[in-house]
Amino acid sequence: MRRFVVVAVPYLWLLALFLIPFVIVLKISLSDPAIAIPPYAPTLDLSEGWQGLKDFFAGLDFENFAFLTTDDLYWKAYLSSLRIAFVATLFTLLVGFPIAYGMARAEERWRPMLLMLVILPFWTSFLIRVYSWMGILSSEGYLNQVLLALGVVAEPLTILNTNAAVYVGIVYTYLPFMILPIYATLEKLDMSLLEAAEDLGCSRLSAFWLVTIPLSVPGIVAGCFLVFIPTIGEFVIPSLLGGSETLMIGKVLWEEFFSNRDWPVASAVAVILLLILIVPIILFQRNEQKQREAEG
Amino acid sequence: MRRFSWINATSLTLGFAFLYLPMLILVVYSFNASQLVTVWAGFSTRWYGELIRNEAFLDAAWVTLKVAVVSSTIATVLGTMAAYTLVRAGRFLGRTLFSGMIYAPLVMPEVITGLSLLLLFIGIGLDRGILTIVLAHTTFSMCYVSVVVSSRLDSFDRSLEEAALDLGCTPFEAFRLVTLPIIAPAVISGWLLAFTLSLDDLVIASFVTGPSATTLPMKIWSSVRLGVSPEINALSTILIAIVTVGVITASLVSKRAIAARQRDERAAAAAA
Repeated sequence: MRRFVVVAVPYLWLLALFLIPFVIVLKISLSDPAIAIPPYAPTLDLSEGWQGLKDFFAGLDFENFAFLTTDDLYWKAYLSSLRIAFVATLFTLLVGFPIAYGMARAEERWRPMLLMLVILPFWTSFLIRVYSWMGILSSEGYLNQVLLALGVVAEPLTILNTNAAVYVGIVYTYLPFMILPIYATLEKLDMSLLEAAEDLGCSRLSAFWLVTIPLSVPGIVAGCFLVFIPTIGEFVIPSLLGGSETLMIGKVLWEEFFSNRDWPVASAVAVILLLILIVPIILFQRNEQKQREAEG
Repeated sequence: MRRFSWINATSLTLGFAFLYLPMLILVVYSFNASQLVTVWAGFSTRWYGELIRNEAFLDAAWVTLKVAVVSSTIATVLGTMAAYTLVRAGRFLGRTLFSGMIYAPLVMPEVITGLSLLLLFIGIGLDRGILTIVLAHTTFSMCYVSVVVSSRLDSFDRSLEEAALDLGCTPFEAFRLVTLPIIAPAVISGWLLAFTLSLDDLVIASFVTGPSATTLPMKIWSSVRLGVSPEINALSTILIAIVTVGVITASLVSKRAIAARQRDERAAAAAA
């Protein structure tokens, strides 16, 4: 009996608060907007019995999805989210790899400290970490003050409210997710392999390219997915740091819901976003499984 | 260390400067006397005073704290149960669905989680406010708790549980007296993770709340959208300080616990 409770309570909780909400989103994405409470039609009326159920299903259609394909805004937003996420992931890799490498090569007694320094920002409010760049990147911000004082630029650069600021924000907030898996693979790397490569006539640089990089691929792939997947649906960063040119689907969904109050379209946007995310998520899980098998 | 060259030293220095400089600037400028946030006009604690007198912020902080304590506690209980089920229950009907529902929220975009929960709450006619935020936060953070706890459950010696059962413990006693003390560190870090996630959440709370409850991130959001503000700098500094002290304390405590356990193990080995 107790055993049953242990399974049933979290199971029912997730069914009620995770799965059923999705079914509702799916259903509303097939409904039509209406000026009513709730603002969509049809609504399921079980008191009508079988006829009500039939009317309900007859009222569902793919109109909202058709609408998403006719309006440029949506598919541009999906593409642009994927592009921004991809480019930002590359930047995060370029910044994160040297840090992870440096940590893995640091003296062993320093490593726990360095690891804590990477994890600490993760516990700090995401919103505040994004916000901290607003003061740095604005036209009268700290970065421009420094650049003007040094005479590097003659006029303040416009960085805040552009895609460049969005990239900075993503790299900054997701950096720990890139560093940690790469560090984990580099730390386990057998140093004698590098020595062997050098003994066999490799230069240090070619040993790095031919030994270190290939062996750290699982960590790199894991880190890239951990940055790429959540970035696609990101809302806070494009809203605070991005500008009018920044088109991301998370922001579109938010505005569709809160500003336009078009629930059926917002739900359809969410359904497509999920479909897009399924591919990288499956690839990520394959990578994880391969790694586990390689270790096990 | 042979391979620790100046390149590594430079990349570490630059890397950590990049990670910490923005927050450091925020902390320094929170003591700026000027209303203009980017112009330094001498040291002052004026903004902390204004912050403490700002009732809207205090109310929001109180709401956030209540939500975080309640949701992370329920999430820890549910998440531990879920982890126990995943690792120990073997096969049961709908197991794949269950583990899917545990892992899916971890990769779900917040806007979708928020939207779907809101549509549910409206659908069943639940009044939106603190209760709905607690329900939403519990749902996604229990998944994080269960991932943390199940990795610990996976790694420990099951024969300890079996020994307890053989010696006449009921399954529940075996869990309470043997399993729980062993997985306690993971349960505690799960709670801390759930607590932080709840404190941090802006998007999901914005979707599921009603006019009666505003959380601190929502309050911060509505004021930073208009630009940098000295009061928010002060608030950020306080939050950064709390997190720093918390993380350092937690790591010292766990270090001491590990040292104590190693001492015990050595003593046990010596006695044997």
